[in-house]
Amino acid sequence: MTRLTVPKTYKLYIGGKFPRSESGRVYAVSSAAGDFLANAAQGSRKDARDAVVSARAALKGWSGATAYNRGQVLYRIAELLEGRRAQFVDEIMQAEGASAAGASAQVDDAIDAWVWYAGWADKYVQVAGNANPVSGPYFNLSVPEPTGVVAIVAPQTGGSLLGFVSAIAPALVAGNTVVVIAHETAPLTAISLGEVLATSDVPGGVVNILTGSPAEIAPWLASHGDVNALDLLGAGALDWVDLQIAAADTLKRVLPPEADAVPSLARILAFTETKTVWHTKSLL
Amino acid sequence: MTSPAFAALATRERTTTILGGEATDANLRRYLHGIPGIDAVGLEQRASGLGTRSIKTSSKRWAIDKIVSLIDLTTLEGADTPGKVRSLVGKAVAPDPSSPDCPRVAAVCVYGDMVGAAVEALGSAHSARTPETPDAGIRVAAVATAFPSGRASLAVKLADVADAVNAGADEIDMVIDRGAFLSGRYGQVFDEIVAVKAACAREGGPDAHLKVILETGELNTYDNVRRASWLAILAGGDFIKTSTGKVAPAATLPVTLSMLEVVRDWHRLTGVRIGVKPAGGIRTSKDAIKYLVTVAETVGEEWLTPQLFRFGASGLLNDVLLQRQKMTTGHYSGPDYVTID
Amino acid sequence: MKFLDYAPAPESQALLNLKPDYGLFINGDFQLGNGTPFSTISPATEKQIAMIASATEADVDTAVAAARRAYDRTWSRLSGSDRGKYLFRIARLMQERARELAVAESLDNGKPITESRDVDVPLAAAWFFYYAGWADKLDYAGVGPNPAALGVAAQVIPWNFPLLMLAWKIAPALAAGNTVVLKPAETTSLTAMLFAEILQQADLPNGVVNIITGAGATGQALVNHPDVNKVAFTGSTAVGRMIARSVAGTDKKLTLELGGKGANIVFDDAPIDQAIEGIISGVFFNQGHVCCAGSRLLVQESIHDEVIDRLKARMNTLRVGDPLDKNTDVGAINSAEQLQRIRELSDIGVQEGAERWSPDCVLPQEGFWFAPTIFTNVSTSHRIARDEVFGPVLSVLTFRTPAEAIAKANNTPYGLSAGIWSDKGSRILAVADKLRAGVIWANTFNKFDPASPFGGYQESGYGREGGRHGLAAYLAPAVRPGSRSKTAAVTTAAAAAKGDTAKVSADKAASARKKATK
Repeated sequence: MTRLTVPKTYKLYIGGKFPRSESGRVYAVSSAAGDFLANAAQGSRKDARDAVVSARAALKGWSGATAYNRGQVLYRIAELLEGRRAQFVDEIMQAEGASAAGASAQVDDAIDAWVWYAGWADKYVQVAGNANPVSGPYFNLSVPEPTGVVAIVAPQTGGSLLGFVSAIAPALVAGNTVVVIAHETAPLTAISLGEVLATSDVPGGVVNILTGSPAEIAPWLASHGDVNALDLLGAGALDWVDLQIAAADTLKRVLPPEADAVPSLARILAFTETKTVWHTKSLL
Repeated sequence: MTSPAFAALATRERTTTILGGEATDANLRRYLHGIPGIDAVGLEQRASGLGTRSIKTSSKRWAIDKIVSLIDLTTLEGADTPGKVRSLVGKAVAPDPSSPDCPRVAAVCVYGDMVGAAVEALGSAHSARTPETPDAGIRVAAVATAFPSGRASLAVKLADVADAVNAGADEIDMVIDRGAFLSGRYGQVFDEIVAVKAACAREGGPDAHLKVILETGELNTYDNVRRASWLAILAGGDFIKTSTGKVAPAATLPVTLSMLEVVRDWHRLTGVRIGVKPAGGIRTSKDAIKYLVTVAETVGEEWLTPQLFRFGASGLLNDVLLQRQKMTTGHYSGPDYVTID
Repeated sequence: MKFLDYAPAPESQALLNLKPDYGLFINGDFQLGNGTPFSTISPATEKQIAMIASATEADVDTAVAAARRAYDRTWSRLSGSDRGKYLFRIARLMQERARELAVAESLDNGKPITESRDVDVPLAAAWFFYYAGWADKLDYAGVGPNPAALGVAAQVIPWNFPLLMLAWKIAPALAAGNTVVLKPAETTSLTAMLFAEILQQADLPNGVVNIITGAGATGQALVNHPDVNKVAFTGSTAVGRMIARSVAGTDKKLTLELGGKGANIVFDDAPIDQAIEGIISGVFFNQGHVCCAGSRLLVQESIHDEVIDRLKARMNTLRVGDPLDKNTDVGAINSAEQLQRIRELSDIGVQEGAERWSPDCVLPQEGFWFAPTIFTNVSTSHRIARDEVFGPVLSVLTFRTPAEAIAKANNTPYGLSAGIWSDKGSRILAVADKLRAGVIWANTFNKFDPASPFGGYQESGYGREGGRHGLAAYLAPAVRPGSRSKTAAVTTAAAAAKGDTAKVSADKAASARKKATK
């Protein structure tokens, strides 16, 4: 007689905790083959609101951490993911119908993306910053700083883990905190990644994961007054122009949908603000 | 304490009140280092901004005559002789012989041993300042206290001062001990100024007025200039003066501005007006006008009187006279039309 | 006489050689606009200076077509070093005609001649010099090797620094290889017209820069034109928001330089005399018509009274009057409309209980004037502490600790500029770190340089002007061969569906996706 399995309950990940949706709603997530896998929380606008509150609260600590520290924390995610690769390979195979080799390659890519971005934490400022030779007795320095709270629509196609990691990692490098809407139909790897994050050194609230309908949740984030930027990476199938128009009301920084988010410095810099500081300079 | 009350106090008493203790190194240090700092870039920018004022037509005419009346016409050479001083005095009395309405300068400034020659040469044009006749005539100022270095014992310095006062000097331009100041011996600098001030007293006549030369070129920083200015005023100086003219840089507009700011703040604090004398390096009327503007816009134009503002200069006068002739005749003049002194 | 009543020292207007009418500068020539010409006046006298053409949508079309043609046929084929040489030529010509430009600017804008002579015009020329040198060094702009120009740039600039803003926009655009259609503000077109003459003298190829004049509708038509690739706007946050909406879903790259409510923070250990100067220049420079003005003074409570005393004393020496007089510190308000807004907000300040003070100054009868004004007893909720006045009006608030100063300074949807005054270096750097503003001046204020990036956080806009960052705003990374575009079809459909509301054609949305997928 085979052992009866213990299915996992997948909830939201907000403020370092795993709450159910305040709406009480769930939706069934199926495997690629159409079998029931689990009920995922169907996030609501109020969950999004709570997630923004958490992200805002976490911003000071995360953006204020030293770059060296952020780099180590991000690298730690890669370590933990490596340790749980078997779980993720399984989940990807089930959810996406991927081959073992394909799922394994996706997990490898996701881990490598964390490693690559982790290394940028204490370098991107050097590459994107400037000492400016102004014509006058001034010390003048431009440095990029995190934009703040970034709302992200994770890719809705392609590998669910890699897409999710490619979406959130670059925003975290600079010290932004994120509210991310996971892949709607394949959200389980994102929540499992949330479990990794919860046991990693990433402070609660730095990454907040919503599952459910991007079409329902994204407009609330796009128009939210306390969200500073909007990454429409995976919003290609949504009415994303409307989202961009809504974001214009508070002049959010907006990245348009993309086919895939190849790791790049540009993605890190997209959610930074250049601050230029002048200081007088004199011997007398 | 109210302003008039401050004014009535003697120097030591007043200083004790302001410092909250005796004028010791420690108390002076605490006070002088508690004064807000100066940002050099901002100060220089403000000075250069004031320097862009455009003084034209009637304002320029007024400024030119005002500059003449504020000059301490100076000769401070090792080669000075009574003859040279007489020549200087002649120039002081009638700066432009071709123009009788040209004002006289404020004072002639000489070494102590030339005071007698200057007084004699001035004759009736010499008038010590009295409360009744503040603008009566040309005064004689003497540099003293082992000018320009100040490197002598206090006794020698005081004798130097007394000599000049006895010879008839109306004003004493002393130098502070920059070495003592820079090594933080503020009490010593203070005491020395107080002692010199006492030596300015004259039996049976008005006391000589005391100008305290900071030698800003050796103090190097604006913060030092500001502290030295406060120190000199606390110790009883009637004027604070930038330089001896023997050290570069001498007077600059930013240095003078920073000293004017101290004078303004002292007036706010005590109601007492202190004079300022930039000396050395001011050679053109254009430069001098910048100083007038700086005075008027920093402490107010009531400071534009010989009691409160002087230019220590020699070459400046002739440039001003050339400008004056240009304004009178409408033609550019030349150096042959003004006298050398 | 009173010395401080300086005799008039008017700058001569003799070197101005203005035309009675100015046309649109399109394809290298001045031409009549299809709209009704309007008059540009001196805000100091309300007298007409010249008639300015008004561009209609058809004119905008013509101008954009000229820019496109110049881009395709000339400018994009020119070597970087040749583009640079044109910019150097322009810079030199601006220096040569500097006095003329300064006089025209003060006449048309109302700003003091000392400012246009010593700040606006020299900086404008410096901007061209700086970016001229970039034109053949684009590989180092920070967007990777062989970066591409964007194409046609639509640029709309404000009235507060007409020529300088023109330089901020045109210089980097041309250096990067773009062509330009620029619209000056309605009330200040004059120096842009003189600049067009300079372009003719520089023999800049026709159509590389087109300058079209007109009111808001002209600007709207320009930024909404389907054939522009880049929109750069400096102006109010309200209009910036409209533009951000209208370019949503298009491939137009957008930079916005919008409003601000800069905090000027004075700690109790500040170099006090320089801080007073910084407060003065922070809010009264250019009549306060400065997006990065330090219009909120945050002063440590322990020195509040002293700072206010000194500030008032200093304000008493400000000279308000004829912009062309070389001793004027504060000139005319640019327009009747702006004057009205300043008056309204100031009246609201009084109604809300703040204490209003201005020095005694006699304002001229003709023209638009507003005396330098400070409000004390202002609380953070007052409108004069939150709304951008864009005039010579300072709101004074207090704080007790650095933390409170930072919190109050950041308590605004804007984030353009801030000032910090303190003698303590480590505090300055720590406070600068925590301020949410794009430009921070420590122990100075309102300094600008072509090498120094300028731009805001949050509702002060996005993108940077100046420096390498300002160049990158006009460049795209080289197209990578073989890049994938999985979602292109999907997103195109979505954008096309939104085409009407977003005022964007399906075509442009398609090209937007192309770019989105690199």
